Amino acid sequence: MLPSLASDYFQFFGLPPKLNLDPDELQRRFYELSKLLHPDRYQRKSAEEKRYSEEATALLNDAYRVLKDPLQRAEYVLRQAGFEIGEQRSKDVPPELLEEVFELNMALEEMREGDSSARPQLEQARDKFHAMRDEIDARLKNLFVLYDAAPERERLGEIRSVLNRRRYIRNLVNDVEKELQ
Amino acid sequence: MSTFQIDFGESKKQIIGIDLGTTNSLVAYQGLTGPEIIPGEDGDRLVPSVVSITRDGKVVVGNEARKMLITDPDRTVYSVKRLMGRGLEDVREELKLFPFHIADGSESVIQLQLGEKTFTPPQISAEILRQLKRNAEAFLGEEVTQAVVTVPAYFNDAQRQATKDAGRIAGLEILRLVNEPTAASLAYGLDKRKEGTVAVYDLGGGTFDISILRIHDGIFEVLATNGDTHLGGDDIDNLLLRIALEDIQSEWGEDLSANGEAVQTLRRAVIDAKEKLSFVPGSVIELAYKGKTYARQITRDLFDKLITEIVNRTLLPCRECIKDAGVTVDEIVEVVMVGGSTRIPLVRKAVEGLFLSKPHTELNPDEVVALGAAIQAGILSGDVADQLLLDVTPLSLGIETMGGVVSKLIHRNSTIPASATETFTTSVEGQRNVLINVLQGERELVKDCRPLARFELRDLDPLPAGMARIEVRFLIDANGILNVTARDARTGKEQSVDVKPSYGLTDDQVEAMIRESYEKAEEDFKERQVREMRVEADAILAAVDKAKQSDAFFELEEEERKAIDLTINELLVVYHSDDHHLIHSYVDKLNKVTMKLAENMMNTAVRGALKGTKI
Repeated sequence: MLPSLASDYFQFFGLPPKLNLDPDELQRRFYELSKLLHPDRYQRKSAEEKRYSEEATALLNDAYRVLKDPLQRAEYVLRQAGFEIGEQRSKDVPPELLEEVFELNMALEEMREGDSSARPQLEQARDKFHAMRDEIDARLKNLFVLYDAAPERERLGEIRSVLNRRRYIRNLVNDVEKELQ
Repeated sequence: MSTFQIDFGESKKQIIGIDLGTTNSLVAYQGLTGPEIIPGEDGDRLVPSVVSITRDGKVVVGNEARKMLITDPDRTVYSVKRLMGRGLEDVREELKLFPFHIADGSESVIQLQLGEKTFTPPQISAEILRQLKRNAEAFLGEEVTQAVVTVPAYFNDAQRQATKDAGRIAGLEILRLVNEPTAASLAYGLDKRKEGTVAVYDLGGGTFDISILRIHDGIFEVLATNGDTHLGGDDIDNLLLRIALEDIQSEWGEDLSANGEAVQTLRRAVIDAKEKLSFVPGSVIELAYKGKTYARQITRDLFDKLITEIVNRTLLPCRECIKDAGVTVDEIVEVVMVGGSTRIPLVRKAVEGLFLSKPHTELNPDEVVALGAAIQAGILSGDVADQLLLDVTPLSLGIETMGGVVSKLIHRNSTIPASATETFTTSVEGQRNVLINVLQGERELVKDCRPLARFELRDLDPLPAGMARIEVRFLIDANGILNVTARDARTGKEQSVDVKPSYGLTDDQVEAMIRESYEKAEEDFKERQVREMRVEADAILAAVDKAKQSDAFFELEEEERKAIDLTINELLVVYHSDDHHLIHSYVDKLNKVTMKLAENMMNTAVRGALKGTKI
């Protein structure tokens, strides 16, 4: 009998469900498991074993892709805990950014219409949002440490709202960068 | 035979590695001391990817066919890889530059006219594979049925599928498709000290790939890949060819561009001039045609200016690849150069300028991919246990959603096998079918992505709208090819999925081509049997002819002599039939009616021998 596959990504890697993971350790395990499971190693085996290897490796790769990225990893933990993770709609502007976003949209509109005088303003906005994003990342890091020390559900709720804000800002940065190119 | 022996026999069978290139193809195998290229019958390690169909219907591949490119341009095709997995719309631009003769009825699958017959690109590629298989079998002295075949990393699903189809048609099981730059990295990594992040820059005859890998402890992990499946040495040739044709027109007042023979001769001259320019600062494009001569000096300086735009087109994919890999230029310890076009000094200069380090050119850029394919074959057979490739999918995979928008399910540069599951439902009460449109590409809208296939979920249980829950699993396998399975989430029942590929051959079409190739193989076999039987007939006819001059013949009864003459006559008639059984029966008959003659001859010989012996 082939061992059944753990569907939980952390379990699959034999790691505790932490928001902070040692990337080197994760990579080491990824390589180890790849050597064990990869279809290249099952070419001469039975059809059943081949299929197993393909399924297991697909799961391994999917899990690794999520776990190696801190943000995707956090979203995964949230989803496993039953939180909804949806794409933030543009209308759900975080209240403290309302004014900022309004002015930014005006500037973006001007740029799109070929008025390049808005460029300095956009560049300023981009730098500002970059700084904001860095700030958020630092805060997330902190929250991750706190959660790992004491995994409480409230903390996850807080992480979710920070993640949403980050996604919102990332989208803004993308829009601005596209216009500036 | 015991099961053990069967298993043992199976596992010992050699898996070959094939680089199925745009310009040249190679076959290699994993020997005891490492990968080795297998030469062709003519001793050449490179088999030109040229296929020609002779007037009597014979298929010619390689150097022979390359000669026929000039003598029989209408029956000969090169660079067919550019058409693999493509639709007519995709290749319109190519058709202006390449002498592909597209047959009628090419709307769904391109058909090439070669002489009287038409062939699909996978069938042409199958002929190249068949030749490589024959070369390997002659060299290894055993039957070869399995192979690893390389494809450009940036090949999409349809192009990969078309390559696999070519293998099936050729009677070669393709165990794995490996990306060319990744294969090259395996050969580069033969030196066990190689560790760290490397880039592989692969500019071949028709395609360009850039891959960035992390090599660590025998694992070759591709971090990102990018490229252009329509960029390579061919583009440089076409550029020079166009210039030379216009130049000739203004010099001779004659437009040669519609003259296949002249164009192919000139194309050869252009390639020679181009290749020389990689080693000397100047060369000449020369053409002698129907008593007229053309010669144009070209310096490397001018050549560089002409090809700058083409070379620069490789740089944007490189930058994107670096970004996607999440590495900086300083982290890349080496750039491995692959493909004949990387011999061009300007290409090397451009690569050095971008990666800020001298490119690695120690490996033979023509052979490194095939050698890597052989190593991968060794990995699959278990002979190579300390190396493993972890490759990625080059393009994102998504499905069409409301408003013609693509929802991405598997992102580009995901390590393969990779999977995604999506739940579908119905929008109308009692709906029995759901159509899923799968696309490949990076853009947001359906119209900007490449349709991959339509999958139809059929025979759903009739339910109120929105009640059905069908889980569809998309799996990109280790070959980079999509597999789709579906399950009814309510009942857990497997759900049938109908696949309609947007490009390329359906399974039925491939089956038909396989049958055709069997029939052809049978035809070839039959022809060989006829030829062999004629050789036998020749031998006996010559022997009997000689015997008829001897005394022994006249010692026979008249009836017997008559029977012999009659049978000779009969054999001479059936000799020209295509039925080897028939020829065989008359060879047999002649054998029988000359039995006594042969005995008499023997006796005469014995008597003669005795006579000669002094007792």
